[in-house]
Amino acid sequence: MDFAFMRDSFVTLLGGVPLTLNLAFMSVSLGAILAMLLALMRMSGFKVLDWPAQAYVFVFRGTPLLVQIFLIYYGLGQFRPTLQEWGLWTFFREPYWCAVLALTLNTAAYASEIIRGGLQSVPHNQVEAARACGMSGFLLFRRIVFPIAVRQALPAYGSEIILMVKATSLASIITMMEVTGLAAKLISQSFRAVEVFVVAGLIYLILNFIITRIIMAIEWWLSPHLRRPPAIEPRLEAAHV
Amino acid sequence: MAAPCLFPEIGCYCVTARPERPRLSQGSVQRRGLENKGTTMNFVKTVGLALLGSALAIGGAAAQQKTVKIATEGAYAPWNFTGAGGKLEGFEVDLANDLCKRMNVKCEIVAQDWDGIIPALQAKKYDAIMAGMSITDERKKTIDFAGPYANSPNGFLVAKSSPLAKMPGTGQAFSLSTQQAAAEKAIEAYKPLLKGKTIGVQGSTIHSNFADKYLKGTAEIREYKTTEQHDLDLAAGRIDAVLADSTAIIGTLEKPEFKDYVMTGPSITGGLLGAGVGVGLRKGEAELKKSFEDAIQAAVKDGTVKKLSEKWFKVDITPIS
Repeated sequence: MDFAFMRDSFVTLLGGVPLTLNLAFMSVSLGAILAMLLALMRMSGFKVLDWPAQAYVFVFRGTPLLVQIFLIYYGLGQFRPTLQEWGLWTFFREPYWCAVLALTLNTAAYASEIIRGGLQSVPHNQVEAARACGMSGFLLFRRIVFPIAVRQALPAYGSEIILMVKATSLASIITMMEVTGLAAKLISQSFRAVEVFVVAGLIYLILNFIITRIIMAIEWWLSPHLRRPPAIEPRLEAAHV
Repeated sequence: MAAPCLFPEIGCYCVTARPERPRLSQGSVQRRGLENKGTTMNFVKTVGLALLGSALAIGGAAAQQKTVKIATEGAYAPWNFTGAGGKLEGFEVDLANDLCKRMNVKCEIVAQDWDGIIPALQAKKYDAIMAGMSITDERKKTIDFAGPYANSPNGFLVAKSSPLAKMPGTGQAFSLSTQQAAAEKAIEAYKPLLKGKTIGVQGSTIHSNFADKYLKGTAEIREYKTTEQHDLDLAAGRIDAVLADSTAIIGTLEKPEFKDYVMTGPSITGGLLGAGVGVGLRKGEAELKKSFEDAIQAAVKDGTVKKLSEKWFKVDITPIS
């Protein structure tokens, strides 16, 4: 192991971090919106809404992300005239948007199941109590169901976010030079696969360490009722005086 | 292999099973693996191996034919590619079989992704690389080469309707080794035309090095894993031009969907484009290198390289010795 070389690679690979984070952030946030929509469709009780959502989740969870990226990028690239007619080509022309789209569609499928699980785990008595207080519809959802569901879903959602950060590495196959893409280029120049990949792995580890801390902080902030009550300090001064 | 191929155009990335990796051969790989394990018993081993070597030499080929494992990419038509039945085919596959016959060894040809082709050689997954790899100074720091067995210039692949189709210098040939000034002048001449365009190259190749050195800042450079992928993106209109080896471009132009495309730009060789295509070998394997050198020389001399080159490329790219 050549540590001077590893330090240089670390600096080079840091150049890919903004794109990695950008792809992860864009796909997780867009994916969350889509996931929420899908979860509500599945729980709506209407078959016309439930079935398409179910099919969507089945397809995107059941196929590898690599295949999805290839299909969206190279597959749709072959239908250029049609896409141009529909005015979609400016979007699909860019590898960045193809990567964001593939990652978003993929994470939405997983996240919708996580959210559905969270929503279904909301205790019925809480909902009944809210109804007894006169809440209904969106107010009930916003004040009671959603906050409880988010608390339940957050640990699983945290893993999904981490998976997405790692999944961005697949964008390198469609010419996006994020951390893994830069690592591959560096290996081709230096032929030192072990050192470069150790450094790349380290960067992902650091990113995910920070993300897990943020998620833990949110969890802590969202569930005050689970915290141990602050210990009441015994009043010592009276005894000593 | 019978696995379904979802993307034949892009080399069935991860979808098809690659040809199964054959087991390590008793003769070559494992023995060498042992040889490198210890440092204290080097002397004993050297003597032992020397004895073994002479014993084999005396015993001749009668004992057991040595197996040489050769890696190729399998996605660089017509040099090497995975054919319809999942079998490796192409110029280098034919040439490798011919060279092995001359070297009197058994050949095993395996497919390996281009990205990891040198690290895996270092890791002794195979003994030699024949994958359209140019002999460059940069690579020579890490591995040895035998050859060259071919030499071909680079060029641009563009649509016939593109303004790039009439690139200055088309049809002229320059060497960065012997006519550096003239070659660089030719590059400067076509540079303004490429301003603001997007050019696709295969990553980790002499062409990506060339693009990084001469075209970065002028045009946007996109790196692909295989040449088939940048060809697809050129056809899709995501990139304006492909910079690649002329033989690879000729291979692409033969496909019906590329009938409205054309090769353009001056033919440039030498310099950072390397001294032709050779067999990549681990450093310190003088014996294997010598036998490859002899076999290549013989194949060049008796016209086998020319014959195979004309069969696969329609042009003769035998290196001038």
